[in-house]
Amino acid sequence: MTKRQSLLSVDDLGRGGIERVLELADTFAEVSERLIPKVPTLRGRTVATLFFENSTRTRLSFETAAKRLSADTASLQVATSSVQKGESLRDTAETLDAMGVDAIVIRHPASGAPRRVTDWVDAAVINAGDGEHEHPTQALLDCYTMRETLGLGRGSGGFEGLRVAIVGDARHSRVCRSNVLALGALGATVTLVAPRTLLPASLEGWPVRVCSDLDEVIPAIDVCYVLRLQAERMREALFPSLHEYRERFGLTEERARHLRPGAVVMHPGPMNRGVEIDDAVASSANALVARQVRNGVAVRMAVLYLLLGAPVEVGLDEGLFGAEPELGGRAVGFGA
Amino acid sequence: MAENESRRPAGRVFVPRSQVMTSEDVRRALVRIAHEVLERNHGTGDLVLVGLQTGGVPLAERLADLLFEIDGMPVPCGTLDVALYRDDVGLRPVPSGEVTSIPVELSGKVVILVDDVLYTGRTVRAALDALADHGRARAVQLAVLVDRGHRELPIRPDYVGKNLPTRSDELVEVSLDGVTIGEIGGER
Repeated sequence: MTKRQSLLSVDDLGRGGIERVLELADTFAEVSERLIPKVPTLRGRTVATLFFENSTRTRLSFETAAKRLSADTASLQVATSSVQKGESLRDTAETLDAMGVDAIVIRHPASGAPRRVTDWVDAAVINAGDGEHEHPTQALLDCYTMRETLGLGRGSGGFEGLRVAIVGDARHSRVCRSNVLALGALGATVTLVAPRTLLPASLEGWPVRVCSDLDEVIPAIDVCYVLRLQAERMREALFPSLHEYRERFGLTEERARHLRPGAVVMHPGPMNRGVEIDDAVASSANALVARQVRNGVAVRMAVLYLLLGAPVEVGLDEGLFGAEPELGGRAVGFGA
Repeated sequence: MAENESRRPAGRVFVPRSQVMTSEDVRRALVRIAHEVLERNHGTGDLVLVGLQTGGVPLAERLADLLFEIDGMPVPCGTLDVALYRDDVGLRPVPSGEVTSIPVELSGKVVILVDDVLYTGRTVRAALDALADHGRARAVQLAVLVDRGHRELPIRPDYVGKNLPTRSDELVEVSLDGVTIGEIGGER
């Protein structure tokens, strides 16, 4: 088998690739709304999920996406697998590859683990979150949700001029990094709002503005993207207390009142209700959390279709994501 | 259209050779097809037009207009993208997303699939699979503006604008402005 193309970082896609995923996701969103939400497109392909960290929505979302495309799914339960006997990541990945899976969806606590896996396997490797590095499909579904909700689709000028604040634990957040890259590529203006201790060690090359006063930012944004406080990744005291964190950086009910009409609230989940986001805000009409989850399936269908639905040679030679769809020549048919 | 184009090597352009139907010819062919549809189905009751993305869509819309002009009853008109149902997924480059939109429940209806060019029949095969996911139509009929031959599956059209013998290395380009036959030229 020839090596398939992988999705490790939002940077693998570039602006053209991101826009392509978003447009394809429209097609799959329509499929998901049907009476029988299933198409035969990836019949005979196998998608394996290999999660070394806990997950509810990402794993379920990838498996649902694969099933709606008629691919088979295999789910490796790390807790009950030979990983517990000390089998290495390499041997685990090579075992999956030897079984002939077409894609490995991997989540791992070490940044860069998915890229390492691509050295060992021919299957497409999809990064479903690696340490504090990236979570590209989350950023794609977030962009899709903003585009859908705020009407940024084809012919609207798109993300240019959209003002997004990403609030909270940017330091430990792979979701933040992927979203900064994706929103930056699409032309949105991103402001990081966080205590200094929760900012990444270096912001060099990040197309963002930084602010430590949430109240100043709130009235001037279209999207308030709240990050989860990742207590499990904190090895030192980075802020005085949860209470104080909420007072200064939590999206409280009181703060949410100062959002512009039409502004939306997003969160990648799982939420710490009452810490980074108030219960009432998370359940309000302009919170898109449930919509993010729903769109995640359509976006992941688009990613699986791009990686597994094309000929392997095309993937390697021309790049699946960058190039325009090569149906050849100019379009034949009507249309202006 | 997808079918007509599927054999075209990427990066090449269409070089027109001769026009085989003018816009007036296309109009007359569609008017005749509209009358044939009405005759065969005894009116427009239960009819649903479904244009195949992308070439069949404007033809289906035009046919819907003509049926309304002739019979005075509006006929629902939808679009169908068959890319996800093709038997050559994994052999061709991935196409960009076209949209399926079927405005009515198809159970019990008579569906008329509309496409610009009928060639191998593989697009129509995929379309039949795709339609089945939208309900159990009472009957499915096929209308095409051009039948260029070279069928690879046991599929035949019910309504044909023009039978056009071609070589497999030729290409047929269809628009409301007419039908042109040509071949694949040099690099784009």
